[in-house]
Amino acid sequence: MSGESALFWVLAPLAVLASVAMLFMKKAVHSAILLAWVMITLAIFYIALEAPFLGIVQIVVYTGAVMMLFLFILMLVGVDSSDSLVEKIKGIRSVAIFTALAFSLTLITFIARAELGRPSVGLDEANSGGNVEGLAQYLFSDYVWAFEVISALLITAALGAMVLAHSEKSDVARTSQKSRSIARFRGKSIATAAGLPGSGVYARNNALDLPALLPDGKPSDLSIAEVLHRRGDVAESKSYELEGLPKIDDEGNK
Amino acid sequence: MNPTNYLYLSAILFSIGAVGVIVRKNAIVVFMCIELMLNAANLAFVTFAKINGNLEGQVMAFFTMVVAACEVVVGLAIIVTIFRSRRSASVDDASLLSR
Amino acid sequence: MTSENLVYLIALPLFSSALLMLLGRKADKWGHVFATLISASTFVVGAMEFFAMIDRPEASRAVTQKLFTWISVGTFNVDAGLLLDQLSIAFVLLITGVGTLIHVYSIAYMSHDRDRRRFFAYLNFFIAAMLLLVLGDSYLNLYVGWEGVGLASYLLIGFWNQKPEYATAAKKAFVANRVGDFGLSVAVMIAFANFGAVSFIGIEEKVSGASETALTAMGLMLLLAAAGKSAQFPLQAWLGDAMAGPTPVSALIHAATMVTAGVYLITRSNFVFDNAPTAQLAVVLVGTITLLFGAIIGMAKDDIKKALAASTMSQIGYMIMASGFGPAGYAFAIMHLLTHGFFKAGMFLGAGSVMHGMNDEVNMRRYGGLAKLMPITSITFGLGYLAIIGVPPFAGFYSKDKIIETAFNAGGVQGVLFGSAALLGAVITAFYMTRLMLMTFFGNKRWAEGSEPHESPFLMWAPMAVLAVGSVASGYLLYSGKAIVKWLAPVVDKDHHEHAEFLPPIVVTTLAVVAVIIGVSIAFIKYRGELSERAPSEVSIFTRVTRRDLLQDDANEFLFMRPGQKLTQLLVKTDESVIDGAVRAVGTSALGSARGMRKLQTGYVRNYALLILIGALVALFAALVVTL
Repeated sequence: MSGESALFWVLAPLAVLASVAMLFMKKAVHSAILLAWVMITLAIFYIALEAPFLGIVQIVVYTGAVMMLFLFILMLVGVDSSDSLVEKIKGIRSVAIFTALAFSLTLITFIARAELGRPSVGLDEANSGGNVEGLAQYLFSDYVWAFEVISALLITAALGAMVLAHSEKSDVARTSQKSRSIARFRGKSIATAAGLPGSGVYARNNALDLPALLPDGKPSDLSIAEVLHRRGDVAESKSYELEGLPKIDDEGNK
Repeated sequence: MNPTNYLYLSAILFSIGAVGVIVRKNAIVVFMCIELMLNAANLAFVTFAKINGNLEGQVMAFFTMVVAACEVVVGLAIIVTIFRSRRSASVDDASLLSR
Repeated sequence: MTSENLVYLIALPLFSSALLMLLGRKADKWGHVFATLISASTFVVGAMEFFAMIDRPEASRAVTQKLFTWISVGTFNVDAGLLLDQLSIAFVLLITGVGTLIHVYSIAYMSHDRDRRRFFAYLNFFIAAMLLLVLGDSYLNLYVGWEGVGLASYLLIGFWNQKPEYATAAKKAFVANRVGDFGLSVAVMIAFANFGAVSFIGIEEKVSGASETALTAMGLMLLLAAAGKSAQFPLQAWLGDAMAGPTPVSALIHAATMVTAGVYLITRSNFVFDNAPTAQLAVVLVGTITLLFGAIIGMAKDDIKKALAASTMSQIGYMIMASGFGPAGYAFAIMHLLTHGFFKAGMFLGAGSVMHGMNDEVNMRRYGGLAKLMPITSITFGLGYLAIIGVPPFAGFYSKDKIIETAFNAGGVQGVLFGSAALLGAVITAFYMTRLMLMTFFGNKRWAEGSEPHESPFLMWAPMAVLAVGSVASGYLLYSGKAIVKWLAPVVDKDHHEHAEFLPPIVVTTLAVVAVIIGVSIAFIKYRGELSERAPSEVSIFTRVTRRDLLQDDANEFLFMRPGQKLTQLLVKTDESVIDGAVRAVGTSALGSARGMRKLQTGYVRNYALLILIGALVALFAALVVTL
């Protein structure tokens, strides 16, 4: 049993277990951690498959950047938010599991029946000048066009994220305290500099049979008990009306 | 050790990721499962690179990683925007296109 | 020989008919007079041609006129051509002569009718079509005229189409005619298939080399056509109902002319029948059955017009029977046709006159004792009566006697059978005609309230008088010196056969007269005294069946109408449920499948993702299967 196979047979079941467990986690953060574990396992496999550059990039970019991005977003959305595991769409779980099972079985059958025509070549020759150099050879000659396009894609993605995450400033300029204070003192009369009085401030009497005054000076029938209305025991509140209050006509204009 | 074992592993991980996309309701977890599927594909590419003896598989895997990163960025930004207006990160709540 | 005048015979009445129909109400004031003048002018043209024909030597008496080339397809050439020979001229004179008299009669008879102009337009159209029928030089040209008279008959029977029964009667006539027309078309097809020609002259040339089966088939089809048009068994049920039309129509079409078209057809096709003995036998059988059928029905009819219609059916049976005896009988069939045209038309006009005087009452049980109050009518009618029963020396005696003689002369058992049937028919004819006379003109008065019988105006009794003269004299004129036989011989009897004699003519004549006396006496005894105004209800089964026209309508209904209706209903149901159902099923299934497929649109992204996965699985599986 070579080292590679030992590595594989230990880590592969763990990876599978982790991904399956990822499906069952209530909290999203737990799923993220499990996914990070799977990615690290894969990185180890890449190194075992004679792709050291890719393995390191997997850890640095994927696990390091992408998974961290996931965790940040989870923080934004709410770390404690847990998914209810009750399924609302009937039957979708069984169908999905069945379909995925069939899919994997078909794939495995495919792979088993595939004849590659020759035994595995191995990357010794390709990696003869170093893995990074070999990759660079491909990237900058055969695939340079794809390389440029990918870089354009990266820029576009960054811009897109900025645009999406941007929040618009509102049109109306929010007034600051200073500007409001100035407006008050420069208003029509100094009497209102401290602001208009609250309701009920100018009530002269708290008798039961005296109706309260509405802001425009009219008595309010609602402030008297129905019994008193029936008995005709409502007092006149005219004497209590205040002069100098701005009169508001029926349309609400001053 | 036969590299095809890696291919089997890739197939299994892919299927698990597919189930996850369908079964989970939290949009971010769904995204994570998609990432799992992409990773499985990457593994397959790298294995084929070893089997065929040239580095083109690895180049492909490299490109896939870059694209995946971009996709994650934009996708998560969208999720955030939706979350802001709807206060919910559940995939099921965006069902206005039903019959 | 050609003539340029033949086309006027058809063109004049056709033009007049079209004019009267197109001008509409504007022609109401003068339409009838114009139509009558046109009809008279055709008679003049016909008479001119007749006299010209007499002057010519026998071999060149026939004249033709080609109007235009009608059909020219490959080797099939049919000209729209006219042929006037000894046979057609007889018909031309009958049609135009009797037709003009009836036009005159109709001026007065239809004077109270708002649509009189339309009536005359139809009458003229009929004259044109009938003339085309007898003048056509090929079966196709004859067919055009054949259809035309069928149409005219339909229009005229249903003239008062406000009454649904009359319209139905017209339809019935047209449908029965149509069955016959089918026979004529098949005959034309057989002719074309076997002879490559459809003109009379063309076929006559080729007939000697043809197979007897083909000729028999053609003959039978022609017989079917004749049966349809001439109301012979089995297509006779329409004639009684055709009396729904105005009486001049019954006189012209259903007595003198259209119903005789069948006889014309058979006589014209003599070259076919003479070479197909089986077909000839069929003709004789049909004629014999019909003459007895019509006579029996006539005994039980209380409606005067229907009695006369049954009589017509019977008399045409005589003609058809005679024409089935080959060259021996054609001339007598035509002779009887001509004499019948006179006396039957005269009697119908008389019946119309009686109806006119009795407020359009047709039930003879409500007549009685009219002779004194309608003298001219009763005298002219009486002369027609004497002619039809065959009292010498009136017209019918000569013609019917000759037919009976020809029947006996056919020889063998057949001859005795047919001759006896003809004699029996004569007995019954005498019986029911006497019954009719007694019930109408003599006996006790059984009139309805408010009837004031009066004689008809001049325009009505003048044509009746002319026809009565014909009833008296035509028989003698036609037969003296065997004129009619010699006249028609170049057409029907080219080889001048000598005809065998089974019984001496004098014996036959005696038998015929005896038959008449028997029939008259029985009727006299039965109907001499006081008659009630209601038909007796305690009658034998035989009478009951005869009153129902010997169940002819019931038979037609049972054999054809009900199965036909069931078939139509079945077809309609099939059309609705199967064919329309299939179409609807397409729609329903589309809707159903759409409803089912709508359920896929749940709005849940996860469902769509699942569907994608399933799709990928299917594609993968297919790829796997392909490589297996």
